Amino acid sequence: MASTPRTQALTGAEAVRRTLEGGGRVDWASRAFEAFLVALLVLTLGVLAWLLTVVFVNGIPVLAERGIDFLTSPLNSQADAAGVSQAIVGSLFLMLFVALISVPLGIGAAVYLEEYAHDSSFTRLVNTVVRNLAGVPSIVYGLLGLAVFVVALADFTGGRSLISGGLTMAILVLPIVIITSAEALRAVPGSIREAAFGVGATRWEVVRSHVLPYAAPGIFTGTILSMARAFGETAPLILVGAVIGGFNVQYDGVVETLQGRYTALPTTVFDWARKPPSFSGNVYAAIVVLIVVLLLVNALAIYLRNRFERRW
Amino acid sequence: MAVKTRVNAPAEGKRDDREGPTIRVMATKTLDESEQIAPGAVNDAGDLNFAEDEVVFDLQSLSCYYGAFRAVREISLRVPRNKVTAIIGPSGCGKSTLLRSFNRMNDLVDGAHIEGSILYHGVDLYADEVDAVEVRRRIGMVFQKPNPFPKSIYDNVAFGPRVAGYRGSMDELVERSLRRAAIWDEVKDKLKEPGTALSGGQQQRLCIARAIAVEPDVILMDEPCSALDPIATLKIEELMRELKKNFTIVIVTHNMQQAARASDFTAFLTMGEDRAGYLVEMAPTQQLFTSPANRLTEDYITGRFG
Repeated sequence: MASTPRTQALTGAEAVRRTLEGGGRVDWASRAFEAFLVALLVLTLGVLAWLLTVVFVNGIPVLAERGIDFLTSPLNSQADAAGVSQAIVGSLFLMLFVALISVPLGIGAAVYLEEYAHDSSFTRLVNTVVRNLAGVPSIVYGLLGLAVFVVALADFTGGRSLISGGLTMAILVLPIVIITSAEALRAVPGSIREAAFGVGATRWEVVRSHVLPYAAPGIFTGTILSMARAFGETAPLILVGAVIGGFNVQYDGVVETLQGRYTALPTTVFDWARKPPSFSGNVYAAIVVLIVVLLLVNALAIYLRNRFERRW
Repeated sequence: MAVKTRVNAPAEGKRDDREGPTIRVMATKTLDESEQIAPGAVNDAGDLNFAEDEVVFDLQSLSCYYGAFRAVREISLRVPRNKVTAIIGPSGCGKSTLLRSFNRMNDLVDGAHIEGSILYHGVDLYADEVDAVEVRRRIGMVFQKPNPFPKSIYDNVAFGPRVAGYRGSMDELVERSLRRAAIWDEVKDKLKEPGTALSGGQQQRLCIARAIAVEPDVILMDEPCSALDPIATLKIEELMRELKKNFTIVIVTHNMQQAARASDFTAFLTMGEDRAGYLVEMAPTQQLFTSPANRLTEDYITGRFG
């Protein structure tokens, strides 16, 4: 049967059916493009899977052999005695600094920018600057920390100390906390603010009773992820004095501890990676610890987001 | 609504009148006996010569600006007490802007400001010493899209009284407000459930309950039924007729039937060449819909607009 010209008006069920079936044509271009996209995805995931496999295959035996000892031992020049206890303590302290400094400062700045500040050229400039600060390479923050906290404020920080590292990390993640918090605040619909203003609430009451509670899940997620970022940073810490090598911890008091020497997990990984081959198992084991902690933190962030997410 | 022909409608000879419409609007003409409302009509409107103590809002050449853009141009009108006053007009003619200037809601928009004045019971709402928060407590608002707080039904209603420092029994106030908003029977068993779980029409009545819980004097409604189905819409209109016994209501609506059904007075706005909305005329609803004084009004209400 001769094919029906497209211009010809189709009548009857048979003609409609034949048109809808498309004459058995196969759309090769679409299939090729889909295959290409799948290949890209496989490649990306493959690299990630390969990395994780290498890390876990080399790290798990050490962790299995050393057990809890690896987590509780201090740095040591002997590979089979060296552990990450000081690194874990140091990293936890750094996160504490971030939590105590960046989170309140960042949320406060975001609430001001989103809820209070009028739209002026100044606030637009501030917003642009904050965005750009979030993109500044972390080594630059390391140099800032070296110049300001380690050198200029040495009397207060004790030089290359936990305080210097913590403050540097806090400043490093501050723009990220501001941006994620501001986005969470922006996600609260304006109609909710209007509703609250409409019954005679003050701006403070609107922010406290409505905007902040509804934005809280997003703010939590953002701050947890920024703390994870601080947890994984290495470069700035090397500049502001995270210890490479070994040191002894003598507990002399809070101030002495904060002004004292410290190290962090990623710094320890960096340090061990440069040591003799006997340390290679330790490197992988430390990376496993680092990855597990980061995954736990991210999982917590996702859980919180899903748990408290609101639909408008 | 019964359609009646006015014998001596002033509009007849003025259809082609192109002079500034705002002047004519405030014309305090005395209406003759032909003004009587047909039996069965819902409106009990008289003329626009309200007694001084009947006037809730007195707009005097009010212009609203967003930055340099003038959204509303030199509107003068009066809103009477315990009546439903509808504001109608085409999209973008500044109806909502005008309404939101009544309770200083536009203060929240950067760059928004007004010229002229709004007297509320004789007090200039925009005077320096007037507190916008207090204004909004007395002049409540219901919005276009139902916007309950994502909290319990109870807390939705209780929020306003709480921030106002209400000292009485909150349970009673919540029940009374929900009853007045004609939604009590539907929600009395689920006061702890989120207000956002209700249907659209119920949410809007919850928002009305929330607005009246702070015992305002005026309720502004910004197209309150535009997101609702016809049955929910009729319920809200019924409610408005009930509420006007205690409140003054100003409603912006796109729906001319709604204005005709539910309002006592209607103000028709349209947009000028400068895209600023201006008042074409305000009249008792019955009169505006049956014998508009202005050609623009007639074109609009008969669907010949644009």
